[in-house]
Amino acid sequence: MKTLNRFLHWLKGLPIHFVLIGLCFIWLLPSIGLLITSFRPVQDVNETGWWTIFSKPKGYEEFQANCAPCHGAEGDAIASADLTDPEFVQNYRRSFALLAALEKEFDGEPHMGEISIPDENTTATIASYMRRISGIEARSKFTLDNYIDAMTGYRGNKTYRADCAAGAQSVDLFCDIRDLANPRGMGRAFINSLLVAIPSTILPILFASFAAYAFSWMHFRGRQWLFALLVGLQVIPLQMTLIPISRLYAQLGLNGTFLGIWLFHTGFGLPYAIILMRNFIGSLPHEIFESAYLDGASHWTAFYRLAIPLSVPALASLGIFQFLWIWNDLLVALVFLGGENPVLTYQIGNMVTSLGGGWHLLTAAAFISMALPMLVFLALQRFFVRGMLAGSVKG
Amino acid sequence: MSKNIPGIMRQKGYVPWLYLLPALIVMATFIIYPGLNTLYLSLRNTDNSAWAGLECKAGESCWGIFENFHYALTSTIMQAAFLNNIKWILIMVSVTVGMGLLIAILADKVRYESIAKSIIFLPMAISFVGAGVIWKFMYNYGTGQVQIGLLNAIVTALGGQPISWLTEPRINTLALIVVGIWMWTGFCMTILAAALKGVPVEILEAARVDGANEWMVFWKIMVPQVLPTITVVITTMVINVLKIFDIVYVMTGGNYGTEVIANRLYIEMYKNYQPGRASAIAIVLIMMIIPAMIFNIRRFQEQESTR
Repeated sequence: MKTLNRFLHWLKGLPIHFVLIGLCFIWLLPSIGLLITSFRPVQDVNETGWWTIFSKPKGYEEFQANCAPCHGAEGDAIASADLTDPEFVQNYRRSFALLAALEKEFDGEPHMGEISIPDENTTATIASYMRRISGIEARSKFTLDNYIDAMTGYRGNKTYRADCAAGAQSVDLFCDIRDLANPRGMGRAFINSLLVAIPSTILPILFASFAAYAFSWMHFRGRQWLFALLVGLQVIPLQMTLIPISRLYAQLGLNGTFLGIWLFHTGFGLPYAIILMRNFIGSLPHEIFESAYLDGASHWTAFYRLAIPLSVPALASLGIFQFLWIWNDLLVALVFLGGENPVLTYQIGNMVTSLGGGWHLLTAAAFISMALPMLVFLALQRFFVRGMLAGSVKG
Repeated sequence: MSKNIPGIMRQKGYVPWLYLLPALIVMATFIIYPGLNTLYLSLRNTDNSAWAGLECKAGESCWGIFENFHYALTSTIMQAAFLNNIKWILIMVSVTVGMGLLIAILADKVRYESIAKSIIFLPMAISFVGAGVIWKFMYNYGTGQVQIGLLNAIVTALGGQPISWLTEPRINTLALIVVGIWMWTGFCMTILAAALKGVPVEILEAARVDGANEWMVFWKIMVPQVLPTITVVITTMVINVLKIFDIVYVMTGGNYGTEVIANRLYIEMYKNYQPGRASAIAIVLIMMIIPAMIFNIRRFQEQESTR
C-alpha cells in the first residue's frame, strides 16, 4: 500500500517534470546549436546542420547503398581498388571523373552490376565522402579556426592559420600577436567593450552612492519631490536623448570617444542606481548612524565608514546589472562610438548585415561576446537577481 | 522616511547638495536637457533652420508646426510600426508573463528548481545582438536541398516546404517576438517566483485542507496574492517592448514589414538624416510610456506611505 501510494504520488508529479524539462530543453536548444556550430569547420557548417554531428558524415548512406556491396562497408574490400587509398581516390576526386568511371564497363560487366548508376548529385556526395575517408580532405569534426578567424578579423576564404602557414595572408595581417588588435577583429572589440563597460559601471555607482546617502540620511527641502522625479526619469527611453546629445557631442568633438560614451551611460544609469542604493542605504537601522553621531562622527565618516561598507551586497548587484547592461548595449555604441572604436555588439551587428551566411564566423563571434556575461551571470546570479528584484524597472 | 532620520544628524543646509550635485548635473545634462531639446527639435524643419511646416506645399495636407508629427502619426511606415508594436505588446507581454508564472509555479515543486530557473533565465544575460545571431541561425532558410537552420530542418523532415521565416510578412514579426519571449521570460519568472515565495504557506495549506484543488488554489489564492507584482511586471514589460530595437535592427533591419517605432527613429535620424521627424517619433514614444511612468510614481508613493 505504501509503495503504491508513493508510485501514485510520483505519477502525479510526472506531467510537471515533463513540461518543465521540455521547456528547459527548448530554451537551451538555440544556444547549444550556436555553441556546436562555432566549433565546426566551415565546410561542415554550410553542408549539414549542427545536429548531424551525432550521426554519420554526409555521403555515408549513399556510399553504403551504392559502393559498399562490392567495396565493403569500410571501402577497402578490393585491394586493387582501395577506396581508402588517397593515391587511388585522387583520380576520382571530382564527381564527373567518378561518374565516368561508374559508367564504364568493368571486365565486360557494368561497373555497378545490378545497381543503377547514381545521378550527378549522389555521385558528388559519394565523391566527397571518398575524399573524406581516403584522407585527401581529412578534416576533424571540431576546430578552433572559427574562433581564431573571428578574433583576428580574418575575412579570406580559407582560414587564418592556413593563410599564415602559406604566407598568403592579406596585407593588414601580421600573423603574430599584433593581429589581435586588428580593427575588424573581435579581439580588439573585446578590449573596447571592457574599456566602455568598466568606467561606465564605476562612475554611476560612485555618484549614486553619494546621492542615495543624501536621500536617506539628510534633511533637505524637496527631498520627496526630487526622488519621485527620479522614479519617473527611470523609464525615459534612451531614444529620447540620442539626437540632442549626438549634436552636442559633434560640437564638443566627443563623438567616437570613450569619454562621451562613459558620460552618457553614467547619466542613464543614475536614476536606477540611486533608487536601488537609496532603498538599501535607507533601510539600514538608524540606531547605528545615531550612535556614530553621538560618538562625534560627521556625515562624511558615516558615509564612507558605515553606509558604504554595509552596502556591499547592493553595490555588487548594481555593478553586475550595470556592467551587463552596457556590455550588451548596441544602440548607444552604434550612435556614439560607431566604427571608430567598435565594441563587440557593434562588430557582430556589422557582420550580420555584411557577411550574410558566414555562420562559422558569426557563431564564434557571438559566443565570444556572450562568454563573459554568461560567466558573470552564472557565478554571481544571486546578486543579479537581488538587484533585479530591488529595482525591477530599468530604462 | 523623513521621520526616521535622527534629529542629531541635522546638518548645514548646503551639505546635502554637495552629495547630490554630481548626480544631478550628469542627469540634467544627459536626460533632462536632451529631453526638452528633443521636444524643441520635433517642431523644427530638417536642417533646424526654421519651424517645421513652413515649406508645406499648397494643396497638400499640412499640420503646420506639427508637420513632423504629421509624419510620425500618419505615414504608412509609422502606422505599420505602431501596429507591429501593438502586436509585440499583446503577444510578448502575455506570453512572457504567463509562461513566467507557469514556470515559477512548476519549478517550485521540483528538486532541480535552481537549475531549471537558471536555464530559463540565462538568455537574459546575453545581448539582443547575440540572441539575434542565435535565432537568425535557427530561422536560416536554405534555398537548396540542405537546411542548416533547425526549424526548417524540422519542417522539411515532416514533409513540408522550407519557410523563409524572416521575410514572410505573415509570420516574420511573430518570429521576432519569439526571440523576445525567449529572452524575457526569465525576467518575469524570477520576479514572480520571488513574489510566490512570499505567499504564506499556512494560507495555501488551509485552503488545501478545506478541499480546494490545485487549480482553485492557483486562481483564488496565489493569483490575488501576487497580483500587485503581476501588474508591476506587466508595466515593466510594456515599457521594454515599446523600446524594442536591437532584435529588429539585427534580424531584419525593419524590412519586410517588421518595422517598429524605435527602429524607425534610428533610421530617420541616422540613415535619412531627418532629426525633426526622429524627434517627433521620440516624443510619441515617450507619450506612450508616460502612463506607465505615472503608475510607477503612484506605486512608489504608496510604498513610501506604508514604510
